[in-house]
Amino acid sequence: MSASLEPIARAADAPRSPDGALRRYLAANRAAVGTFAVFVVMIGIFMIASPRVFLNWPIYNSVLVTLPVALCLVVPLVFVVTVGEIDLSFPATMGFSAWIFALVVHAGYDPFLAILAALLTGMALGVGVGALVVIANLSSLIATLGMNFMLRGFIMIVTQGKSIALLELQDTTAGSLLSGEWGGVPVQIFWALGFVAFAALLFNRHRFGARVHAVGDNPDSAGQMGINVARVRIATYVFMGLGAALAGVFSTMVNYTWWPTTGDGYLLPAIASVFVGGTPTWGGTGTIVGGAIGALIVSFIQSGVVAAGLSGFYVQFFNGLIIILSLLGHRWNQKRYR
Amino acid sequence: MPERLIELRDIAKSYGRVFAVGGVNFHVDRGEVVGLIGDNGAGKSTLIKMLAGAIQPTSGQILVRGKAEPNWNAARSRDAGIETVFQDRALCVQQTIVRNIFMGRELTTWLGLLDPARERREAERLMREIGFTSKVFSPDSIVGQLSGGERQGVALARAIYNKADLIVMDEPTTALSLTETEKVFRFVRTVRAGGRSVLFIGHNIHHVFDIAERFVVMDRGRVALQATKAEVGTAERLIAFMEKLAHPDGIASFDSSHVDAGAAA
Repeated sequence: MSASLEPIARAADAPRSPDGALRRYLAANRAAVGTFAVFVVMIGIFMIASPRVFLNWPIYNSVLVTLPVALCLVVPLVFVVTVGEIDLSFPATMGFSAWIFALVVHAGYDPFLAILAALLTGMALGVGVGALVVIANLSSLIATLGMNFMLRGFIMIVTQGKSIALLELQDTTAGSLLSGEWGGVPVQIFWALGFVAFAALLFNRHRFGARVHAVGDNPDSAGQMGINVARVRIATYVFMGLGAALAGVFSTMVNYTWWPTTGDGYLLPAIASVFVGGTPTWGGTGTIVGGAIGALIVSFIQSGVVAAGLSGFYVQFFNGLIIILSLLGHRWNQKRYR
Repeated sequence: MPERLIELRDIAKSYGRVFAVGGVNFHVDRGEVVGLIGDNGAGKSTLIKMLAGAIQPTSGQILVRGKAEPNWNAARSRDAGIETVFQDRALCVQQTIVRNIFMGRELTTWLGLLDPARERREAERLMREIGFTSKVFSPDSIVGQLSGGERQGVALARAIYNKADLIVMDEPTTALSLTETEKVFRFVRTVRAGGRSVLFIGHNIHHVFDIAERFVVMDRGRVALQATKAEVGTAERLIAFMEKLAHPDGIASFDSSHVDAGAAA
């Protein structure tokens, strides 16, 4: 019997995966969707554990006051991590920019001019940090750690640890625009959500975001395709500086006082939020919306644990638990392609 | 005479005191397929990386259409109409097919915002054009999910998108299956038929002989031979030349070294 050289006819072509827009959206946003699931479960547990607190508005209101500051830090940090670097200097950048803001306001200038000065300061510091990492070719982990200490030290040396009260801001347009309430909701959250939306657009639908992904994924390939790798990397630090400056202005506006320690407490929570949100550590992919939800989760843990009737001693433990569980979830949910 | 598309004049690249490429003169005309061959370490990849602007030559001149290009880099090279399919394919494996095809030259609307619908459409057209179609993958598939041949397809699609005048292919058939290799050959013929040029770098001399009409043989950073297909005649003569390059004195050198070693012992 002679063997046929004809290929065996295929019974049916491989089934084509449905190409629906919703499915595509979910596939492209796996990490963010997973993070949102974690958030829903967590709030569910809190509601069951202490319904009296979590079925009423005040707890959410208090989170909405602190959340904007975190969002302004977490969102640009997703860019830095996606490009394959890290930034530990943003707390000092935040304090420094807010300091410039406080000084300009205190000198009697228009608050909006002060905000502009703060934003420019943050971006200039971003250029400096970025140049250290990209041009001087230092490890971003160590170089930015050094910058954080150095900038904070500089603030302390010059101010001798003294804070600046800005009560004159209370009844200004800037004050009501940036720290009042609209319909019972803290106004900062609207600005912060606008910033998140802008960043998400930049990240997912803009040339810059596409290049951040490419450089973080494979800098050699990106360079060979004509992308200016150094410029893209520095630009992520500049964006981080902008976000840190915004965070600094918002946190100063909360109680109209600039502290020389402004920003210090945000280092670890902001970094944790990025990774809880589903941005992996290796670069090339990330999620802005996931990072924002990560910030929400981290902000809720503290108030949630205390409101649930546990002592403050439990906060750190639950912080850690949520971080580890989230990372395990993302590990299972996301595959790393090489 | 056809237009001289690109010319390298006395191009050299050294790393410290080691020459990777030492004073090479080389050109590609419009509409020709040039085969660049040579042993490992002959300087082929260094040469095409300089052509692609990925590394800077230590000395020498690069001319595009007769005009000297003093500030040569990867972006300039692509703007000048040179697309390179690198040996490692230069893909970002965590990104989608679309993002890889338009890497470095994204299709945008205004203010740099991407135009995803147009990018998807163009990607689909390109993949169809080069025959790397699949029922399982869409332009939104992650490149890391693709096979070697399919990844090569993405790299080729990227190279033809901008109607480049010269497509440089560094060992495009290495590690590909027979049918995939045939697809690459068909691709080269299509490009050639469109009046564009191809610089084809290969290890397999039979492959290169089949596809190219002019050959440049490199040896230890220098050009050892430039000849047309008619001048070379057969693939066997080319292989014989390569073997003579590798062992200049043939068996004799082996014998003498053997004798020397014996005498020293």
